[in-house]
Amino acid sequence: MPPIIEIDHLSKQYGSGTRALDDVSLTIDEGEIIALLGPNGAGKTTLISIICGLVVPTGGTVRVGGHDIRTDWRAARKLIGLVPQEIALEPFEKVINAVRFTRGLYGAAPDEAYLEQVLRSLALWDKRDARCRELSGGMKRRVLIAKALSHRPRVLFLDEPTAGVDVHLRREMWQVVRDLRASGVTIILTTHYLEEAEDMADRIGVINKGRLLLVRPTADLMGEFGRKQLTIELDAPLQHLPEDWAATGLSLSDGGRVLTYDYDTRAERTGIGRLLADLNARGLGVRDVATKQTSLEEVFISLVSDRAEVTADVEPSGADPQEAIIAAEGRA
Amino acid sequence: MNWGAVRAIFNHEMARFFRTITQSLASPVISTVLYFVVFGAAIGGRIQAVEGVAYGAFIVPGLMMLTVLQQSVSNASFGIYFPKFSGTVYELLVAPAGWAEVTLGFVGAAAFKAVIIALIILLTSFFFVGMHIVHPLWMLSFLILTAVGFSLLGFIIGLWAKNFEQLQVVPMMVITPLVFLGGAFYSASMLPPFWEQVAKLNPVLYLISGFRWSFFDIADVPVGVSLIAVALMIVVLLAVIRWIFLTGWRLRE
Repeated sequence: MPPIIEIDHLSKQYGSGTRALDDVSLTIDEGEIIALLGPNGAGKTTLISIICGLVVPTGGTVRVGGHDIRTDWRAARKLIGLVPQEIALEPFEKVINAVRFTRGLYGAAPDEAYLEQVLRSLALWDKRDARCRELSGGMKRRVLIAKALSHRPRVLFLDEPTAGVDVHLRREMWQVVRDLRASGVTIILTTHYLEEAEDMADRIGVINKGRLLLVRPTADLMGEFGRKQLTIELDAPLQHLPEDWAATGLSLSDGGRVLTYDYDTRAERTGIGRLLADLNARGLGVRDVATKQTSLEEVFISLVSDRAEVTADVEPSGADPQEAIIAAEGRA
Repeated sequence: MNWGAVRAIFNHEMARFFRTITQSLASPVISTVLYFVVFGAAIGGRIQAVEGVAYGAFIVPGLMMLTVLQQSVSNASFGIYFPKFSGTVYELLVAPAGWAEVTLGFVGAAAFKAVIIALIILLTSFFFVGMHIVHPLWMLSFLILTAVGFSLLGFIIGLWAKNFEQLQVVPMMVITPLVFLGGAFYSASMLPPFWEQVAKLNPVLYLISGFRWSFFDIADVPVGVSLIAVALMIVVLLAVIRWIFLTGWRLRE
């Protein structure tokens, strides 16, 4: 099956000279959830704004469902639904009319049964006659999703869908996204809540300074870049770390009762076996053992800072930035 | 052409009109009644007939034009400015609807509202003055063309405006003076020769003159010139709107 979205060498330079996107290429398959991660100003919103038609690119091409967004924009846009970052609703409009209006804009014939289904799935049916200004923040966000789904798009863009919402609502939104994916909609979401990407996305793309640094399946990314921490609770407190352990990533805490070991899951040898054998050899009894996976947030921060340094190193060569980054990383 | 989008925008704008139907209709009708009381009854009684038409009746086309111009500009400018203000304009920009559909929806609704209000004013005027419309079809044609022309102008103002002050400034500082100086309440021939020539530089004079011709068969300028002026205005404004949408000026980044 051909990809639903094909982005090829996409660039955007604003009039002020700011380069918001720099040679971004990406393909997205139908039915997947892809999360675009990046700090503020990384280029996430610019990327989806270009695909949706809000921003004009300065270079490159985008095809949605095989339709070029510039030469065949009507066909391309019919496939897209956009939920913007800011809550933008006409305050005096009734929910049902707001949704009908959006459906009409896409030239779709009235379909009250489908709109009822959408509103029910978003728990908005009871609020259909309420004016938008009377709704809570979470409901308003769901109205935006209902509007974006009103014409049955095959691709849904969610720009920071949970920005500024409380934890409860965030979980509620995640469930909505999962339900949407189950219905076959391709979802591209931007976020800087890393937990969100980790929890929902099939793939994660990391953007920084307008460059798409990498795109990986979420599990691979966690496995590839994730570090783990082993916590060993000792039977008896240890006064100090033996000298030969000092450079092995071990640390002592809780009055000498807890030994913590950081290790890289990508390493050929994690050193855990040797550590446990060493503990045994020294006659140190173990009461409990636990491991903890590094969060994606830590992965992301290390990734963005590492890549920024590597990028700076390879830029003058004129090589393809992404290939150069990978090559530089390989050399490192 | 995405006619569904045109219909959606048109219906959406009309729904706003009907939500505020009392204000939408009461305000222009009350203003017109006041004009009739002041200019028609109080002052008009002391003014002799203008080119054979009683002064009260003479000002009816001018009053209708005043309302049509104000309503067209304010309806269309507010119609497109409000989505910009509330942020919902993104919907128009990401929808499979081009400049023609968006313009037709907003301008069509704004012009339609203005024409309805003008016709209500015409009906109101029959309570105050006796009048016979000589060319009713031309009257309706001029009314619609003028409403469309100034709705296009209002649409551009709404696209251009960055705040509510800018939205108000053109109607207040430009449209109203042009209507007053365009012969709404007098014939250009009543002015001294020099000022008559100056008045002919005012494009609104041609609209009011043509409109008045459709009522009374009298005009300050030939009716063909009035028609050309309105048609030219519509063509130029459409070209400007097309340029705005294609370049994304004040709409897209």
